[in-house]
Formats: sequence, C-alpha cells, structure tokens
Amino acid sequence: MVAPVSERHRLTIRSVDTDPRARQLVAGAEVLGLPEVDRVQVADVVHLDGDLSSDELQLLHRVLVDPLLQTGSWDAPAGRAVEIALLPGVTDPGADAVHHAADQLDLTVDFAATGLRIEFDDAIGDADIDTIVTRLVANPIIERWAHGVIEPQPPGTDAAPTAASTVAIRGLDDDALAAVDAERSLSLDPEELRAVRDHFEASGREPTDAELETLAQTWSEHCAHKTFRAVITADGDDGTMERIPLLTQLRHCTDEIDAPFVRSAFVGNAGVVEFAKGTTIAIKAETHNHPSAVEPFGGANTGVGGVIRDVLGIAHRPIAVTDVLCFGPADLPMTELPEGALHPRRIRDGVVDGVADYGNKIGLPTVAGAILYDRAYTTNPLVFAGCVGTAPSRALHDGPNVGDRVLVLGGATGRDGIRGATFSSATMNATTGEVAGASVQIGDPIVEKLLIDALVGAEDLYSAITDCGAGGLSSAIGEMAEGVGADVDLAAVPRKYPGLEPWEVWLSEAQERMVIAVAPRNVSAIQQRCDRVGVDCADVGVFTGDGRLLVRLGDERIVDLDLEFLHDGRPQRHLPAEMPQPNRSEPIGRTVDDPIATLHALLRHPNIASKAATIHRYDHEIRGTTVVRPLVGAAGDGPADGVVLAEPLDQHGIAIGIGVNPWYGLHDPEAMAFAAVDEAMRNVVAVGGDPDAVALLDNFSWGDPRRPSTLGELVAAVDGCCAAAFTFNAPFVSGKDSLNNEYVGGDGERHAVPPTLVITAVAHVPDIDRCVTPDLVEPGNVLMVVGQTSVEFAGSHLDLVHGAPDDPGVAPAPDPDAAGRYRRLHEAIQAGLIVSCHDVSEGGLAVAIAEMCIAGRLGATIESLPHADQAVALFAESCGRLVVEVEERSVPALQRILSDAATRLGVVNDHGTLELPDLDPVPIGDLADSFDRRDGLGAIGGVA
Amino acid sequence: MSRVPALVVAGPGTNRDADVSLALDLAGADAKIVLARELVDRPRLLENARLLVVAGGFSYADSLGAGRMLALDLTVGLGDRLRGFVDAGRPVIGICNGFQVLTRTRLLPGALGHNAQGAFDCRWVVLERAARSNSVWTKGIDDTIHCPIAHGEGRYVHPDPKSLDAAGQVALRYRSTNPNGSVSDIAGVSDPSGVVLGLMPHPENHVLARQHPHHRRGGGGPMHLGLRLFENGVAHAKQL
Repeated sequence: MVAPVSERHRLTIRSVDTDPRARQLVAGAEVLGLPEVDRVQVADVVHLDGDLSSDELQLLHRVLVDPLLQTGSWDAPAGRAVEIALLPGVTDPGADAVHHAADQLDLTVDFAATGLRIEFDDAIGDADIDTIVTRLVANPIIERWAHGVIEPQPPGTDAAPTAASTVAIRGLDDDALAAVDAERSLSLDPEELRAVRDHFEASGREPTDAELETLAQTWSEHCAHKTFRAVITADGDDGTMERIPLLTQLRHCTDEIDAPFVRSAFVGNAGVVEFAKGTTIAIKAETHNHPSAVEPFGGANTGVGGVIRDVLGIAHRPIAVTDVLCFGPADLPMTELPEGALHPRRIRDGVVDGVADYGNKIGLPTVAGAILYDRAYTTNPLVFAGCVGTAPSRALHDGPNVGDRVLVLGGATGRDGIRGATFSSATMNATTGEVAGASVQIGDPIVEKLLIDALVGAEDLYSAITDCGAGGLSSAIGEMAEGVGADVDLAAVPRKYPGLEPWEVWLSEAQERMVIAVAPRNVSAIQQRCDRVGVDCADVGVFTGDGRLLVRLGDERIVDLDLEFLHDGRPQRHLPAEMPQPNRSEPIGRTVDDPIATLHALLRHPNIASKAATIHRYDHEIRGTTVVRPLVGAAGDGPADGVVLAEPLDQHGIAIGIGVNPWYGLHDPEAMAFAAVDEAMRNVVAVGGDPDAVALLDNFSWGDPRRPSTLGELVAAVDGCCAAAFTFNAPFVSGKDSLNNEYVGGDGERHAVPPTLVITAVAHVPDIDRCVTPDLVEPGNVLMVVGQTSVEFAGSHLDLVHGAPDDPGVAPAPDPDAAGRYRRLHEAIQAGLIVSCHDVSEGGLAVAIAEMCIAGRLGATIESLPHADQAVALFAESCGRLVVEVEERSVPALQRILSDAATRLGVVNDHGTLELPDLDPVPIGDLADSFDRRDGLGAIGGVA
Repeated sequence: MSRVPALVVAGPGTNRDADVSLALDLAGADAKIVLARELVDRPRLLENARLLVVAGGFSYADSLGAGRMLALDLTVGLGDRLRGFVDAGRPVIGICNGFQVLTRTRLLPGALGHNAQGAFDCRWVVLERAARSNSVWTKGIDDTIHCPIAHGEGRYVHPDPKSLDAAGQVALRYRSTNPNGSVSDIAGVSDPSGVVLGLMPHPENHVLARQHPHHRRGGGGPMHLGLRLFENGVAHAKQL
C-alpha cells in the first residue's frame, strides 16, 4: 500500500488590467536598450502542497483571486516565460498568507511558496530575456530563476548537528591564524587572532566554532567600534601626538557641555533626552551600507527595521523614521559600471522601495531625509536610517538581575544574516555579492509592529531590553550578560526550519527579534501580552551571576566563554593618522558668465532638485503628528528645512534637522564636520526649534581607517564635531561609525566613499503654532539675509555644476557667531516676527531665494546683495546664514533683536518673477520646472 | 448624552487604529481598539457597539492582495453577526485597508486595484460629496473634505459606476486630482442602505485644523476637516 502523498498545486494569478510591474519592466528594458520588449505580462504564482479536492481548491481560489481585478488558473502555464522563486528560508509573507487562509478555511496545506512569472512575446530572444531578468528583476542573493516554470524548494530537512565542532588554533603562527581567519571570514586583526590563540592556550583547550564566531562578532568593527576606541598617533602641524580615543573625545565633549536635558548618552541602543517634563525622547541613526549594495531592497528594509528596534531596545515607542541616502549617478552609462556592482538606478529604486515598504507597513511616518549623488557612491551606496521614539519619563532599566529569565521575542530563527557583523566590517569586492548572500535578508515589518504592540506598556515587567541586530543572539545576549553571566539553551530558540548548526542559531541575524530580561514572576504576564498580539516568546535561559557565557544545546556545551575576556580581552588598536592640511588662508573666487543659467543648472542638480517623487512614496502623515512636512508651500513642492512632529493634542513638539556635505570634506574634513552640525542646527532653528535645546547624532561613513590619511580625515572630522558641539552648546547623545566603505574593483583599484558625516539634530519646539516654513507668503514683505557671506567655494555645488578650478580655495569655514545669531533668530520667531524662513546651504543664496519663491509661488525683487562680488553673493556656501521674510512694519523690531546680523535684500513681489540685480527677471514657473524635474519616480502635486 | 460605544477593528499590520480612535473620541464616541480575533471570540463586543471602524494599515502585510486575509477572518469568524450589525442600521466605516477589507467581505461593492501610476503614494487630496450620496457619513457635507491618501492599492474598480451613482452608493469623489486612476474619480462608496462607508483617503488624519498642510498659509479650516465624517457617523449612531 502506498501512503497518500500530498499533491503539488500551482495557481497562476494574472492582473486584468496592465500590472504596474509589467509597465516598470518595459520602461526598464528601454533604458537597457531593448525597446523591442514593449509587452510583458507579470503574474503571481502560488505553489502549495496538500491533499485538496477541487472544491477545496475553489475555496482557496475565491480568497486569492478577486474577479474584478484578476484571473487565476490552476493549469500549468505554457509559453515564453521566466519564473523567479525565493531561495529556501527567505521570508515569504505570501506563503504565510496562504497558510493563514488554509487555516481559516479548515484546509490542510503542507507547504506553500510564492513566486513571480514574467511572460514575454515569442519574438524576444533568450539573451535579451536573460539581460532583463538579471539586470532588472532577479537578485541571486535571495532568489533563483529559470526559463519556463520553476518549482519551489522547501528548506532542507537534514538533521541538525547536535554538537559544536572545534577549531584547532593552539600553537598556530600568524600565517596559519590568518588562514583560519580567511576560511571562516572572521575579519580579525593579527594581534586579535594572537589574543584569541593565547586565551585558549591558557584555557588548555581548542575553541569551538561557535566560540570563534562569537569572538569575531563581538570584536568586529561593527560591534566593537575598534577604530573609535583605538589609540591614535596623529601626525600633523603640531608634530606627532597621541590622542585619546575618538569615542572618548565625543563623550567628554557631551559631559563638558552638561546639558540639563540629557538622560542617557552613548550607552545602550539610543540616546535619550527630556525636553518637556514627563516625556523622554530616544534618538538613533544607523547605517546599512554593505547590505544595500548587494540587495538594495532588503538592505534598506532591514536597515529601517534595525534602527526602529534600537529605539524599542531602549524602552521607547518609535514615532518617526528618517533616511539619508547616497547613490552613484542615476544616469551612469552601463559601460562605466564596475564589474560585479549593481547599477545606481537599480540600487536607488530598490533602496527607496525598501525604506518605503518598512516604514509604511510598520506605520511610522518617514519624515526627514536627504538624497545625494556622487560617482564615488557607485559601488558603495550609503543608507543612513534614523528613528525617534518617545516614552513617559521613568528611570532607565538597570538589569539584568541575577535569576532573570532570558526571553527572546519575535520571529523565528533561520539561516539568514549569518556573519552580517563581520561582513559589514570588511571591504567589498567584485565577488562580495556572491559570498555575502547569507548576510542579507528581507524584513517583516508586520512582525516588528506586533513586537512594538507587545512591548510598549510592558516597561515595568522587564529589567533589561535589547534588540537582536548584527551578531544576533550572540551580540544581544552577550552584551546583556556582561558583568552578570548567562546560561542559554539553543534548543529553546524557535527555528524557521530544521538543519541549522548550533553556531548558526547563535549567530543568525534573523530580523524582528528582541531579547528581554524578566524576573520569573513576570514571565507569564509577558507571555500573555505576546499571545494577545500573536508574537512568539521563548524562554531560552537565565542570567546566572557567574560571569560566564554558557550556551548549550541541551546538555552539549556550544560556547563557554569568560565574559570579561569576550568584552575586555580585545587588544586595543594603535593606529597612525596623517592629519589633512587644508587651505584655510587663500580664498579663491569664481567667474560665473551666466548666473541665471547657473541658477537653473543648480536647481536641476539631483542633489538640490525636488525629492518629491521619493517623498511621496513614504507615508509622512500617519499618526497625524507631522506638523511641518518635508514638502511645504503653495503647491506642496517646496523643500522644508526641518520637519516638526507633535502629538495631535500637544502644544509643543520636536524638530528634526539633518546636515551633510561630503564635498566640503574632500577639502577640509574638520570644517565639513562643523558645517554639517551648523546645517542641522540651522534646519531646526529655521522651523521654530529652540537652539538651546538640541541633541545631536553623529554618523560617519568612511573608507578604510588603516590608511593613515583616511584616519586623519576621520580624526579631523571628530575635532570639527566637538568644536561645533561646544559652539552651539548642543551635545552628541549617540552615534555610529561605518568604516571600510571601500570597494576593490576587478581592476584591483580601490574606490572609497568621500568622507560622509551625517548629523541629525533633534530640537525642542516650544510652540508649534509659531513654526515657520520657507514658502513666501505676502507680496510687499521684506526679505533679509541673516549671517555673513564670504569667498568660500571649495566643495560647493557651483563647482559640482561647473567643475572646480585646480586650486579651489577655502571650504566654508566655521562661523563662531552663528550660535548667538540662531538664539536671537529663535527669539524673533517666538515673537511672531518671522513670516517665512529658509536656510542657505547647497547652491548658496540664489538657490535659497529661488526655493522660497517656488515654495510660495511668489516672486522676489532683490535690490542689494550681501557681497560686492556677484558670484560670491549668489553662489558661495558660507555657513550660518538664513533668509527671512518679515512684514515691513516688523523690520525695526527684528533689527533690534538681531542687531547687525540681518541685511536687507529686497521685497516679495506679486509679478511672479525672481529679479536679481543687473540680471533679467526669471519667471517662477521656469524655476519650478528646473527644480521639479521628473526623476522617473512619479509626478508631484499639492492640495488643489 | 452618553458617548457612543465604538469599536476599531485591527488585524496584524493594522496601523492607523490609534489615529481613528482619536478621531472618534473627538467626534464624541468612546472608541476601543479590538483585534479581529477578540471580536470573533467575544460576541458581546459587537453586540454592545453602536459604531464600527475597520482601520487602515497593512493587515497580514497585504500579501497576495490588500485586505484579503483580514476580510477572511471577519467573514469566517463573524459571518452573519456583521451583516446583522449593518441591518440594524449601525454605522460602519472602512478606511484604506478597511475599505479593501469591506469590499472583500462583500459589504461594499467593487474592488481596489494597484494605483494606476504603479506605486504607493502619500499626498493630500480634496474630496467632495457625490450629489446623490445616500451615506449617513456624508450627510450635509457641502464643503470639500481635505485629507491625505497613503496607499498603493487604491484604484477603485466597478463594472457599472453609473448605476452605482444612480443608487446613491457613490459617496465621495476626488476633486481636481484623481491620484490613483479610480473609475469615475470615486474615492468612497456606500452599501445600498447608506450606513456602511468605505474610502481610501484618511479623514482621521485631519481632525484638527493645524494638521492641514496649508494651515500656516491660512488654508484649510473647520469646514474642510475630515472630522466631519466621524461626527456624522457618531450622530447617526446616537439616534439609534
């Protein structure tokens, strides 16, 4: 007798109207030079195994296919097509939906998977189809594909090994240690490998594979911030000197500023401040660069998910997301694309989709951000994701306490994201995409939403909390157990599928998991909260008090490490730095033949041009808290300086501003850092934030710090950060560095990112009814510029548009008077004297005024410029400047407050043109056309 | 008079439940967020409620079609009880994902497909009440309603929009900009009785004047508040 076998069924679902994905493919094919591909059909495929009658299949059909929108067929399709399936173990929410539907309908489905089918005309050749699929659709990191039909592969059912294997390292010399390092992708230094070897020689045994992986993860640049903790010997103007570690320098700076609102800085998952009594605010920004380079959607997606968990991991409810993205040029010719790299356009579209997908689905407004383009980002795109959260004020958690249970909440563990921490700490090359496959995952924002629901309000039930990010349980539990000790049984960790080796369970970076320490009496209350929302909660062990990290699989020891060695045994790095020698004394001007054409070119530059097409992809309205949106003004296309968030019934709120300008950093990294802080400050002050209540985040994305000149630039940037923090009396409360953003091309050449520092400023907004935006409001009002204009062009956008001279002169210098000026401007805003306000940044004064005109759809007549040299007045990028609109009658009052800091420029006009001295009037509509250039992501518009 | 007991139904992935609860509270209801499963397991909840909202979000991640799994939960779990709620004249509103859910439960006609422009879109829109609207939710609203949309699958599809309009079931239309390619600019529809309303835009995100993007420019104002829809729903529930 033969046992009944579960039968494989497949449902092919096609859209009745043109599937939007088909339209995108046709457009993409045209960009690839394949205009003959003018018709494709995209279908969804559902595979399921089960012993199902035709009536039962019909029941499923009715749920999965809406006859007004789709047709569905259970027949095997024929014809010219390619099918794409997810690799085993990759998150497949469609399969979850099929299982859920089957449960509700009382059907037995043993296995489900979803896929994609792309159908082509017979005339299209195989080679063209391959080009389209590899360039536009399938990503081998998470998918496989084939011509014709494809069958899904269930994850392996191999029996899992029940013991850890040992790795022989005792007695090895440097070369042999390096071979072990390379074989296991540990990314450890020679000194670190020696320390590990010596430790196990002293212990009288070899390490297990899991112990080596735990050490490599804990000591990775990503987790240990080795460079920021290193002793640096700097070679510069003052000779050679040894410096305190960069992280210590930033901490000292915050300690010295001693701002009354700081609750927690540089410890835990995020910084915490308290501007308004009773509510604390957690802020954090992270990078997810390497994953986004090889799997843009998944990389950005999990980057957003990770930073949201950071805020949840310091017991705050996430309320908003920010993103700063750096890409190669969207129009880079295919012939110039380095081997093994994805095209910048594909990376950009994937990253934007990934950010949108996570933020929109988890239900958080994605508000502040920036998008920068530079050739240097082609192989190293940068993705900075930030998150803000709030909580009722309470004492910070100080556990875990001895005897607390170790609870893991959230998704099950799979073979996804293995070695992400070490991967992201290494330089990439042409084969990185292939070897890094297991490091990248797709997030599941719904599970994370449920985690938020389970954990917000449970703050009194746990003594410590952290998120599972890079390094997975190893990092989360390893860090929590520091100073206490933990005993964990991996058998209790829920798995997505069998066959995982113990060290894989321990290191997996499967997303959407949190670890909490819970006193035994509170475990059932946590369990109930999780049950209600439908989140898995596993009790995997106990915090012991013996100072050891013991990880078992049942009775088998997998890891048995002294926590002191794990956290403090790493030899401190000693690194040489060669300090940059910027030109700060010889300013050099520019000749601009046609300032109006230059203004248009600047407005069209992708860094300055409207980001509306991207911003509209993000839900920035959810929660009803976005008071000042990223897009403002009469037609809803003006760029806001900062955004303001306030709970609907509150009168106060917070402003978020971002400062970033890597091009200054190519000339003067210290000035660049100061300028980035200044820009972030300006952005929050310009919307109504209080400059005396600002907290800062620093996020560095840099090249390889083992090159002394690169490290010198980093040291100079940290100096600039600290100088600015002191000047503005604004403390850093958290930060993150992502180093080794380099790529070794097929030609053996290294490509590093420009020194990219993103500063996020979060400010208290005392009265949201006093917020101002850049859109001009009333003809006849007076325009004034606040701040000083100087001959500062190095790194300017004028140079990006026209090309830089051999000697570019000086970069925008720190303006020590800016702090006082912002304080007085804030006073004027609070007094209601300012009608509109815009900061002067990329492109200089001309762009700032043009943007105010575009935002308000009103003209401006400029009667006098703030500098005798027209090019300097219009296009220099000196720091510390803002343009304000004031009523004529308020000018004396404003001048009393600002004293000599404000200079009259002209007036708002009602004839719809921007009139600059000695130049032809420019219609605002023309400026808007340049600024709103379509970038292929969709149209724009405002409230009618 | 006491506040109207209202339920906001959420599934895994619903995310505008808190927003609509605030809207209901401001409109004079006493709103309680319940999970679909709780609604199924505890019949009392629905029996005691006078108004029901299916809130927006991405229930079950909208995998394999927006709103389908939550709709299945409600039809399998509640069946005739939901029908009975409507037959008793108690007002129901489905917003965004909730609208998608209600079309799948067949309480509302039509379906919602991918936006014509192909992607998720968040922007403010202007809505006007359809002249023949039978909806208790749009009663007496002569000014336009301003509020944001935030969806990827909001293109309203119906084989016969003319008859739908003639029957009074077209409740709201997009004015000037149709953001998603909906047939006949339809933004919201009713059931034949007018007590059930489904719409893609989010009136719950415009319940205070200062939430309007043009508030600082003197735009918006009380007559354009999305809150007015909720006030109508609550007023109708009150007289039951």
